[in-house]
Amino acid sequence: MEIPKSFLGYKRENGRAGTRNHVIILPVDDISNACAEAVANNIKGTIALPHSYGRLQFGADLELHFRTMIGTGKNPNVAAVIVIGIEPKWTKRIVDAIATTGKPVEGFSIEGVGDIDTIAKVSKKAQEFSMWSSEKQREECPMSDLWISVKCGESDTTSGLASNPTVGNLMDKLEPLGVHLCFGETSELTGAETVCEKRGKTPEAQAKFKKTWNDYNDFILREATDDLSESQPTAGNIAGGLTTIEEKAFGNFQKIGGCKFIDVLEPAEEPTKGAGLYFMDTSSAAAECVTLQAAGGFNIHLFPTGQGNIIGNPIEPVIKLTANPLTAKTMSEHIDVDVSKILSREMNLSQAGDELIKSTLRVANGRLTCAEALGHKEFVMTKLYRSA
Amino acid sequence: MSNTDIIIHDQKDNVGVVVIEKITPNQDCNCWIMENDKSVSIQSKDEIPLGHKIAMVDLNEGDTILKYGHDIGKVVKNIKKGEHVHVHNVKTKKW
Repeated sequence: MEIPKSFLGYKRENGRAGTRNHVIILPVDDISNACAEAVANNIKGTIALPHSYGRLQFGADLELHFRTMIGTGKNPNVAAVIVIGIEPKWTKRIVDAIATTGKPVEGFSIEGVGDIDTIAKVSKKAQEFSMWSSEKQREECPMSDLWISVKCGESDTTSGLASNPTVGNLMDKLEPLGVHLCFGETSELTGAETVCEKRGKTPEAQAKFKKTWNDYNDFILREATDDLSESQPTAGNIAGGLTTIEEKAFGNFQKIGGCKFIDVLEPAEEPTKGAGLYFMDTSSAAAECVTLQAAGGFNIHLFPTGQGNIIGNPIEPVIKLTANPLTAKTMSEHIDVDVSKILSREMNLSQAGDELIKSTLRVANGRLTCAEALGHKEFVMTKLYRSA
Repeated sequence: MSNTDIIIHDQKDNVGVVVIEKITPNQDCNCWIMENDKSVSIQSKDEIPLGHKIAMVDLNEGDTILKYGHDIGKVVKNIKKGEHVHVHNVKTKKW
């Protein structure tokens, strides 16, 4: 297949391009959710991103909170941002960082004003942003404007056999076009960690990966009461035929094809070393992982599933594929791309990779994903430890 | 081409994955090895559902299960060729 050279995206002020054109109402903290949701309810074309944290966090955990908030606002799928917090200081820090992209952003704080007057004030600004963004048009953008993140979920053996290698095939074909790529799931590389480490392009990238995985494993050995056999693999994984974390890891690892990663990113960290594959240190919980990747600036997501994970994200479209013929049949409303014909050998991996590229471009051009049509917008902050 | 019932990732692997809805005991199954595009056959001993693994050889307690050509765990209960391989007879080496 001749791979298209461009897609239709929204060009942003900082040179990036979005596959979506959202106006988001971003609460800094849990107690500002009500206000954010009221505004999004008032003003059409806006979306609130409620979450559970943002109070009394400190240290690395607080920095991750800020990085996730700021990265979400900076994501090119977002046209304009309203930030609402209880206090002005943290709100301003987030607003100022998002403003470096040049996109419209405005912050509000509730303390001393109350919800009702804040909602009225914010709604006026949100209306202005919504109407402004509605005039944005899609324009031709080079493929290199695609930043593709990947994560698999409710995996079974069909994931390792077919749907993950399909994503790997796409990576092999798109990497030469200057696309940014990202995989994560530190925990689910357990068992394949030494093989994965060798896929670092430089000794520095390899060493960084080794340290990241070792830190994670030390944490598991310290905190786990017995072992992770109840969580890794999950009950769904086991029902699908996956027996051990090692088996799951080697299946998971198929997603990167033959690519080598050029750097290891902190959770929600934006890549800075140019086009190519990055590893991001993330949890393997689907919504947490995709939220972090979206905050890292990725604008379209590929999600292979075996038993049928249903996740979506509010700003980054999540395209699902499965090779499990039962899942494709029983959960068809969640599956964007069915590659189960690989198992019956009616389709080869390269044909499946081409199908996935076509679907990815249709979604990049504006087609809703199954998860978007069904209203899935899981926005889940990663928390490193308890608050003060 | 006859239907494929079982797919094996790597020729070194000692397990294969069922890719039809299920195989029944004493079924003669066609297996396809992805790595070298060769075919082999095996007779099943158990009923094994889609996505689950079958032992391609006799395996003894302590043996290593190979899939993708890599170590994915250890045998904790002897397994005969053609039997179902899963959490009841294989465990991780990690935890």
